[in-house]
Amino acid sequence: MAGAVASQPLLRVQDVAVRFGGIVALDGVSFDVMPGHIVGLIGPNGAGKTTLFNCVSRLYECERGDIGFDGSSLLAVPRHRIAALGIGRTFQNLALFRTMSVLDNVMVGRHCRTSGGFFANALRLPFAIRSDREAREYAHALLTLLGLESVAATRVSELPFGTQKRVELARALASQPKLLLLDEPASGLNHEEVGKLGALIRGLREKLRLTVLLVEHHMNLVMSISDWVVALNFGRRIAQGASAEVREHPELVKAYLGTA
Amino acid sequence: MSRTNVILLAVLLTAACALPFIVSNYRTFQFTLVLVYAIALLGLNILTGYNGQISLGHGAFYALGAYCAAILMDKMGAPYWVTIPAAGAVCLVAGFLFGLPALRLEGLYLALATFALGVATPQLLKYHHLEKWTGGVQGIVIAKPEAPFGLPVNADQWLYFFTLAVTLGMFLLAWNLLRGRIGRALMAIRDHHLAAESMGVHNALYKSLAFGVSALYTGVAGALGAIAVQFVAPDSFNIFLSIMLLVGIVVGGLASISGALYGALFIQFVPNIADEISKAAPWAIFGIFMIGFVYLMPTGVAGAVRLLLARRRSHEI
Ligand SMILES: Nc1ncnc2c1ncn2[C@@H]1O[C@H](COP(=O)(O)OP(=O)(O)OP(=O)(O)O)[C@@H](O)[C@H]1O
Ligand SMILES: [Mg+2]
Repeated sequence: MAGAVASQPLLRVQDVAVRFGGIVALDGVSFDVMPGHIVGLIGPNGAGKTTLFNCVSRLYECERGDIGFDGSSLLAVPRHRIAALGIGRTFQNLALFRTMSVLDNVMVGRHCRTSGGFFANALRLPFAIRSDREAREYAHALLTLLGLESVAATRVSELPFGTQKRVELARALASQPKLLLLDEPASGLNHEEVGKLGALIRGLREKLRLTVLLVEHHMNLVMSISDWVVALNFGRRIAQGASAEVREHPELVKAYLGTA
Repeated sequence: MSRTNVILLAVLLTAACALPFIVSNYRTFQFTLVLVYAIALLGLNILTGYNGQISLGHGAFYALGAYCAAILMDKMGAPYWVTIPAAGAVCLVAGFLFGLPALRLEGLYLALATFALGVATPQLLKYHHLEKWTGGVQGIVIAKPEAPFGLPVNADQWLYFFTLAVTLGMFLLAWNLLRGRIGRALMAIRDHHLAAESMGVHNALYKSLAFGVSALYTGVAGALGAIAVQFVAPDSFNIFLSIMLLVGIVVGGLASISGALYGALFIQFVPNIADEISKAAPWAIFGIFMIGFVYLMPTGVAGAVRLLLARRRSHEI
């Protein structure tokens, strides 16, 4: 949980706007994510949740506004540096390395925490070997934590959907992120699995001292585990607050009824 | 490596060392070319098989390596073995530089750009302002190196062993590169480039470096090939060579190190076999072989061998 001293937000989204041709996907969205919190990001289909994630990952450029992480702006940071800063993510539609094994997928997740370039690897210099071994051990530990050890050597494309989602989670955790972005982790899971997922996310937060930004349509899950909830509709923030407040918020009720 | 693999490798190495003492000099020369192609195919496989960047113009880097060797030996009097690292270095830089603009191109567009490189190369080599160096249409004839230290082998046998040593070194380096952090990153880019970048892989740098390393391999092969055939000329490096290299990696097995060797055997010997079967339409026969291989072994010869070994292992248990 957020300690009393943690007053600085870990992630600060300020007035972010994104447009695709005529579509305004985000229209001046602002909110903060406090360290140690689980923040739920909700809203009907097309509200702009994934777009916001893609802005934080630097996959999309913001037209306006700023995104601050750990006190400095992300907008000048190239994509491939985001992971090293401490931001890990999963994707709404699985984005695994399909032909590679579960273990290798997770080890790629640790790329930014390991060293050794082309030269060092071709010659297998001692530090490159050491770094590789460390990455392997870390990946195995994560696989054990997530109950994936038995499929470590399996090609990910051969696994059922739910398991692949867990592999993505393991891959995201491999970089030891401070902030974990989860885009609809419960989609495609059955009722029982969703319950377990909630407990898992909370457990990971304690164990790995994570801050989590969670996009989810599964309201019970979001409301039960989030410390704070931000609701979007048509690219605007329509409500934010503790779960109980947001759940009753008239704008949110209207947004969901309007699109039902 | 599993024990079976180690045993197989030892048997293969022994056979490779015995080979030039069993077969004729001409056959030895042919097997030298197999090794040369194996290095070139390994290079192309790093780029296309492992990193997912297609090249229809790798003959250009082969040619560049070959001309490096020929010019260094003929015009500058360099010893033949010096030309190997020199050709590798020149092609590394050339490949890296070509890889930079190629970053903007994907899939078929990259195929077209590399195709352009491949078709333009023979013409560039004929360019008359370069004739002083390249020998123009005539090309360059180079002398065959003799065995050093009074070793009791003839020139063909010596060149075979020299090429074998280079091949082993190059395969070892590639194996190291591909089984570690860099190999995983290259394959991650191939499988999902956005996810790879989100995991911290510097896609642009890695793709350019993959191009450079790939060209280095193919250039080293070109230099060895030039020394083996003792001759370079623009028309030996036409687009057909580039296409053959691509055929080699697909038939041998994409994203497989051993596949480079199978592919090399295929592109060296199958055209000859086809020619013996039908003098009238050898390429039609070659085409049938090619389709047959790909149909029977959709993951290449290397994939089929892997399946076979796995099946044998599961029988043993
Ligand atoms: N790359 C893109 N090109 C064009 N339009 C896009 C792109 N990405 C998103 N959009 C549009 O932006 C809007 C917001 O999409 P986004 O994916 O962020 O919604 P979402 O809240 O994640 O929805 P869902 O719950 O369905 O995942 C939609 O209208 C979508 O069509
Ligand atoms: Mg979405």
